[in-house]
Amino acid sequence: MIDSASLLAVLPELVLTAGGLILMLVAAYGGDASARVVNWLSVVTLALAGLALSCSLAHGPDAFDGLMRADAFSVFAKALIYGAAAAAILLAPRYFAVDGAPRPEYPVLILFSAIGMGMMVSAGDLLTLYVGLEMQSLAAYVLASFMRQDERSSEAGLKYFVLGSLASGILLYGSALLYGFTGTTAFDGIAVAMGDGVSKGELFGMVFLLAGLAFKMSAVPFHMWTPDVYEGAPTPVTTFFGSAPKVAAMGLAVRVAIEALGPAGMDWQQIVIFVALASIILGAVAAIGQTNIKRLMAYSSINNVGFALIGLAAGTPAGVAATMSYMAIYVVMTIGAFACILQMRDAQGRPLESIASLAGLSQSRKGLAAALAIFMFSMAGIPPLFGFWAKFLVFDAAVGAGLTALAAFGIAASVIGAFYYLKIIKTMYFDDPAEAYEASGGAVENIILTACAVVIVLGYLLNPLLDQASAAAAASLF
Amino acid sequence: MIGLQHYLVVSAILFVTGVLGIFINRKNVIIILMAIELILLSVNINLVAFSAFLGDLVGQVFSMFVLTVAAGEAAIGLAILVIYFRGRGTIAVDDVNRMKG
Repeated sequence: MIDSASLLAVLPELVLTAGGLILMLVAAYGGDASARVVNWLSVVTLALAGLALSCSLAHGPDAFDGLMRADAFSVFAKALIYGAAAAAILLAPRYFAVDGAPRPEYPVLILFSAIGMGMMVSAGDLLTLYVGLEMQSLAAYVLASFMRQDERSSEAGLKYFVLGSLASGILLYGSALLYGFTGTTAFDGIAVAMGDGVSKGELFGMVFLLAGLAFKMSAVPFHMWTPDVYEGAPTPVTTFFGSAPKVAAMGLAVRVAIEALGPAGMDWQQIVIFVALASIILGAVAAIGQTNIKRLMAYSSINNVGFALIGLAAGTPAGVAATMSYMAIYVVMTIGAFACILQMRDAQGRPLESIASLAGLSQSRKGLAAALAIFMFSMAGIPPLFGFWAKFLVFDAAVGAGLTALAAFGIAASVIGAFYYLKIIKTMYFDDPAEAYEASGGAVENIILTACAVVIVLGYLLNPLLDQASAAAAASLF
Repeated sequence: MIGLQHYLVVSAILFVTGVLGIFINRKNVIIILMAIELILLSVNINLVAFSAFLGDLVGQVFSMFVLTVAAGEAAIGLAILVIYFRGRGTIAVDDVNRMKG
């Protein structure tokens, strides 16, 4: 039954849909000349959708008979997603300007992807889950191959498409099995059906479903696409891939695991623990030999997803809150780091990607070197930066749930991971200077960079707010 | 009498064929697209069989959604393949190696 309360509960999605469709027409009629206008209007649309979140929370938690959820959890995740999407739009124009005019399709595709991600985190049914996931993925495949003339970009798009479709297929097969063996596609219905024992068929469905989700958040053993796609995609797109879709996939996984598969907690806990450990270790070890900074960030994101999954493995409200806090802090660090990477341009404004080109940056661009150092220290989890707090929360939740060994392994692996973050700092501060970069970055880039750096350094002031928001988000799932 | 398990077995065979088609195939990216369709169709068989078995319409509605999304997915896949072919002049799987991994 479509009623006004349901429509108001999905107001953010409606705003984004209307905005995206109108802007697509503007882009189609205005051509490349409209890129600037469409860019800014997309950011405005995302901001409006962000404002609409409060309206959606007031009319939740159930919309359309439980197909969609508008609870504190979805609002928390959507706020992150919209923020990250807006940053990815704002950071893009200078990058695309190097190879001719920026094209207006880019912000429109990000808007459509944001709608899909919003649906993912507020899915209350396998059907909504699938449609949201595909909406996000289809826009992402196009974004990955956005630089049509660049061979690496089209190859990244192709690889992402093939492996992404395979993952969707696996996820769908799992959904079909869950539907068949529980008789319903609603998350709460599945939980009720699983309440009296988990059958073999349900177990199979669950494993397939989790495998598909692990792919979307690039967790080991389904991570193999990540380095290639991160390297090949244009850097603003990589910024986007590294931030918003990770939050959406993590949010979706948490919601499915707690709301739908809650009664099978003992079964998925083992899977999540394995995936988390494998991601942390592979992300830390495989990153060491990388020479391309975008590939390095890919392994870093695999590593970070592993840490965030530790919170889910705990399976407690505190664990879920820790996972969501981790994702919030991770998004800020990633956007900040990529805002630095986007400024790696030679004197002609061509983008550079090798870590060696960072050598001696502290002499030519003091501010940029300091900012990148802050993000690297934070990702390595060194106090008093915000990244340390994120890791502390998930380990605390794991210990609280009795997973002391998992926490100990995680801490040991984070020390290995610190090696390559510190290597970048060493390259910037202690190596002989390489050819100097462009003298200064764009104004928007610098603003985003500074904002992220300030959040990371002074993050502790935000702690009460973050704790409250993530606790409310977690409470709405249990 | 053909029961639910027969449909599930056919669907499982199709699914495995599709997955193997992606990993074993070394020739042509178009074949990968066909394998992806095969996976989605195996899911549809599953959904419709369960739907008939449970006497519940949701599975059939779900399979309609899957069909629609599969069409969109194929369109995007072919579009990406076209720009890939323009740049490289080949769609052989072994040549998709500009980046390691």
